[in-house]
Amino acid sequence: MLDVGRHPDIDLMAYSEVEKVEGESGAFKATIRRKARYVEEDRCTGCGACKEKCPTVLPDAFNMGLGTRKAIYSWFAQGIPSTHTIDPAHCRQLNGKKCGICQKVCQANAVNFDQKDRIVELDVGAIVVASGYKVFDPSQIPEYQYRQIPNVITAIEFERLLSASGPTAGHLHRPSDLLVEAEMEALEKDVKKSEKALDKFEQKYGQASAAFYDAYQKGAYEGDEDRGKWAEKYVAHLALVEPLDALKREAEGFDVAKRLAFVQCVGSRDFRFYPFCSGYCCMHSIKEAIIANEHERETTSVIFGMDIRAVGKGFEEYKIRGGNQSGITYVRGRVAEITEGPQRNPVVTYEDTRERKVISRDFDLVILATACAPSEGVERLAEILGIERNRFGFFKTGTSQSLDTTRPGIFACGCAHGPMDIPESVAQASGAAARAAQIVTAASMRKAS
Amino acid sequence: MRGKKPQADELRIGVFICDCGSNIAGHLDCSSVTEYASTLPGVAYAKENLYTCSEAGIGEIQKGIKEQKLNRVVVASCSPRTHQPLFQNSCAAAELNPYLFEMVNIRDQCSWVHMEEREDATQKAKDLVRMGVSKAAFLEPQQDIEASLIPRVLVIGGGVAGLSAAGSLAAMGLDVVLVEKEVEAGGLLRRINRLAPHGEKASERVLEMLLSIKARPNATLYLGSRVEDVSGYIGNFEITIRPEGGEAVREKVGCIVVATGAVPLKPEGLYRYDGTRVVTQMELEERLAAGALEAQRVVMIQCVGARSPEREYCSRICCQTAVKNARFIKEQNPEAHVHILYRDMQMYGTENEQMLCDARGEGVRFDVFSPDQPPVVQEGKVEFYQPLTGEMVGIPCDLVVLSTPLVPRDDAQALSQLLRVPVDQNGFFLEAHAKLRPLDFATDGIFVCGSARYPANVQEAVSQGLGASSRIATILFKDKLITSAIVAEIDPETCVGCMGCMEMCPYEAITYLPEKNICEVNTVLCKGCGCCAATCPSQSATLRGFKPEQLMAQIRAV
Ligand SMILES: Cc1cc2nc3c(=O)[nH]c(=O)nc-3n(C[C@H](O)[C@H](O)[C@H](O)COP(=O)(O)OP(=O)(O)OC[C@H]3O[C@@H](n4cnc5c(N)ncnc54)[C@H](O)[C@@H]3O)c2cc1C
Ligand SMILES: Cc1cc2nc3c(=O)[nH]c(=O)nc-3n(C[C@H](O)[C@H](O)[C@H](O)COP(=O)(O)OP(=O)(O)OC[C@H]3O[C@@H](n4cnc5c(N)ncnc54)[C@H](O)[C@@H]3O)c2cc1C
Ligand code: SF4
Repeated sequence: MLDVGRHPDIDLMAYSEVEKVEGESGAFKATIRRKARYVEEDRCTGCGACKEKCPTVLPDAFNMGLGTRKAIYSWFAQGIPSTHTIDPAHCRQLNGKKCGICQKVCQANAVNFDQKDRIVELDVGAIVVASGYKVFDPSQIPEYQYRQIPNVITAIEFERLLSASGPTAGHLHRPSDLLVEAEMEALEKDVKKSEKALDKFEQKYGQASAAFYDAYQKGAYEGDEDRGKWAEKYVAHLALVEPLDALKREAEGFDVAKRLAFVQCVGSRDFRFYPFCSGYCCMHSIKEAIIANEHERETTSVIFGMDIRAVGKGFEEYKIRGGNQSGITYVRGRVAEITEGPQRNPVVTYEDTRERKVISRDFDLVILATACAPSEGVERLAEILGIERNRFGFFKTGTSQSLDTTRPGIFACGCAHGPMDIPESVAQASGAAARAAQIVTAASMRKAS
Repeated sequence: MRGKKPQADELRIGVFICDCGSNIAGHLDCSSVTEYASTLPGVAYAKENLYTCSEAGIGEIQKGIKEQKLNRVVVASCSPRTHQPLFQNSCAAAELNPYLFEMVNIRDQCSWVHMEEREDATQKAKDLVRMGVSKAAFLEPQQDIEASLIPRVLVIGGGVAGLSAAGSLAAMGLDVVLVEKEVEAGGLLRRINRLAPHGEKASERVLEMLLSIKARPNATLYLGSRVEDVSGYIGNFEITIRPEGGEAVREKVGCIVVATGAVPLKPEGLYRYDGTRVVTQMELEERLAAGALEAQRVVMIQCVGARSPEREYCSRICCQTAVKNARFIKEQNPEAHVHILYRDMQMYGTENEQMLCDARGEGVRFDVFSPDQPPVVQEGKVEFYQPLTGEMVGIPCDLVVLSTPLVPRDDAQALSQLLRVPVDQNGFFLEAHAKLRPLDFATDGIFVCGSARYPANVQEAVSQGLGASSRIATILFKDKLITSAIVAEIDPETCVGCMGCMEMCPYEAITYLPEKNICEVNTVLCKGCGCCAATCPSQSATLRGFKPEQLMAQIRAV
């Protein structure tokens, strides 16, 4: 990424979209919309002082909503370019409220609330489409109850939980526990507030609230309006403290997730959604199970799959090592249902094809290996580029020239071409670059002669 | 003494301390660090910048070089990984040799790791700056290394991968030399019937590719030939090619592509293999290509000699091949029974999974077996344990087809030694980085594609061939090769020719000169890692920019 950002011959236009492509192979004219960031790219040094001070807190989409970010933000810490961006939907200033704090703290004078989208026209010889994929939303599968059971999460969410720079600093706290902790935090805030209010009364009357309330209940202060308020406040306080104490007791039993289940082919190889195999998910489940075990040696994982497709260089070896050294068990079969059991443990029901029995087993956390769906906005992009899609929804490519789309001079690679892992994507990307270079060199040779 | 320190009066070091907004200045006292820097020996000028990397900050450096006549520049800011090239280029633009620049990281190594300790962080920043300044005093001007590039490429192997690479290189206007050891190009595809997933004839596919290469004036084909000798390095390889029984030919090329493919394993001693009633998928392909198959009942067994203790890897392409052939048999003869016994059906991706689904619809039967209870080939039937019923099942058949993995060719090892590139534990060529550089070797100028790297289907082999060609274009489209001057050198006066450094060098950049009994560094191949310098018992090997006196100055300043 850094190499691309630094390369003198690469003009990186992040936060931009192609709007129109005219012309033909060797001589395209592409219209690009460079969306307003409200931050000047050539001034911002990416120092991040602005986001420290920005008061607007939002769920962080990069961390799959598991953490937070501000209204002025960078997508993630190592992003290229490091230019920050203001989210126009949530920025106070841009929504007519008084703020502009980031503008005040930015010593580089980079914040510009008046920035507008810019339209850029480019003359290019060839086009490479590498628009990737979208993670399938498993809430469409009713029997897996994703979003209803908090401890059923997707593989990409799990990646963020595993990441040292993620929302839990790499510790496998269960989402249900995180929810309880968030609830506790909110309650604690309220308790503090109500303690303050009680404090006032206690000082005024020189009596502890509990003792006062005892007397009050016995009818000691009949008709005393102020003390009546005190009593009310105290009752409200108890209504906060009791659930908080209950939560605290519950939280004492919290531990990191140590018994993991990985469910393969979620939305893939499934005629209701995508009939194809997403290619990389068996491997990322194995990888995630191995990493989880590296963090916490007691972790065990069960990977449920119809086949375990470890089909790349060194993959089968990796899979075997996962089984021998990282506590992974592979179970053949498709998971039928996920429900919630005691301690918010998800329960996985499946048919064990070896034992020929239907089995229900509970886990600490269930991870869904979701399908590699055609990318967001793929229809529109196909229309803009004037290229066709195949029956699976990805860009259609040729038989003998398998990186060529249906329009000469436009090439596809990576997950825009079809589901594939990183090495395959990188190799194809180099291949697409070669096809593009052939067009460009031919065009410049024509021009020269 | 090499790298003599300039006389103190001629040293004019400029030190630029960066606040990085509040990223650094928020956690340590940059002004006090700047003041301190100005008192250090040799420092002529010290300046604090809000953002050294901004236009204004760069302007300050360049102004300093001009107005203060600075002859060394030290920037204390963030990571050299992201910013060193920018600062070096800025020095060069102000006519200061870019190798007279030194960078100190007071962000990652100081303000970020000591956020709540302002006093100590400030002190540490001073220490780091003092070390950088001490080293700067010993810096020497260097010139980037330039080497010529021959715009010609050798492709070894004329299967689909090699043909794809060669065709693409020729189309990009580079000269190509393709060496194929067989008298005909095409590789395995010459023996294959039809191609999954689209069903075109394999032989026609390679013929088409071959013809388009033959039509290119800038492509030379050496059929029935082998590469006998390789010397030189990126940009300037010298190759000896020997045609079968003919005179050796010499060629000079700038880059090399390895596309030597792989071969299907012959399963001698497995599952009663006999080549007639128990055959391999490749032998089945040949029968299918030759005409209608007589067999009515076919059983295919997957993973024969693969995914086993002696050959752990999965060969990626055999499941696709089996399904393709099963469907072809059913298409030719719908009455035929075809049964595939498998461990995992590796039908990754869109088209493959679709093929699997279609095969099921067309009546091809599938059953899973476990490697600890493999099927048994008997007279007229194959027996296997069916987990779904918990019973032993016998499938009558008149032909058994074994899906065997692609294995490295016998001569792959020899070629790897000739080119000085590695192979992995399975004997396939080993790329520089499994994820990010799948087509490169660690050795510059040599690339790999197709089944030589790891079993690949035709689509993948073709894409990889194209990919290798563009990796090469990034090198040979330039007029000359320019590399960093930060390389090792070996003092011929003190070197005793012990060759200890040669073993340490990960880039094969050191050669031994027997006539002089010394070792020599090839500065084009050297990446400046310094392994040799750390090893050399006579201290003859040193790394430019990191010489002992430069490092010692830095260490003594601690
Ligand atoms: C949970 C998970 C774990 C994984 N782990 C691994 C692993 O360990 N190893 C591995 O090899 N693979 C892994 N993969 C697979 C890997 O993510 C893909 O192989 C890889 O991301 C494909 O790269 P790509 O560039 O084709 O697509 P993407 O990564 O999807 O990138 C596409 C880019 O195009 C941009 N884009 C989309 N539409 C447009 C448009 N219209 N205009 C401009 N830009 C656009 C997107 O914003 C995005 O930046 C994993 C996948 C998942 C889901
Ligand atoms: C039975 C079978 C069926 C298959 N069916 C399909 C299918 O239907 N669809 C599909 O996509 N893929 C199929 N494949 C895979 C396909 O064969 C490979 O994708 C393809 O062969 C890879 O091409 P390659 O160029 O990498 O290697 P190869 O085809 O092996 O070609 C390598 C070439 O290099 C030459 N060579 C080797 N060493 C040297 C040397 N030292 N010097 C000079 N020349 C050398 C060889 O003679 C050969 O010509 C099948 C494979 C098998 C075994
Ligand atoms: S906008 Fe300003 S404060 Fe924010 S990161 Fe950019 S330069 Fe720093």
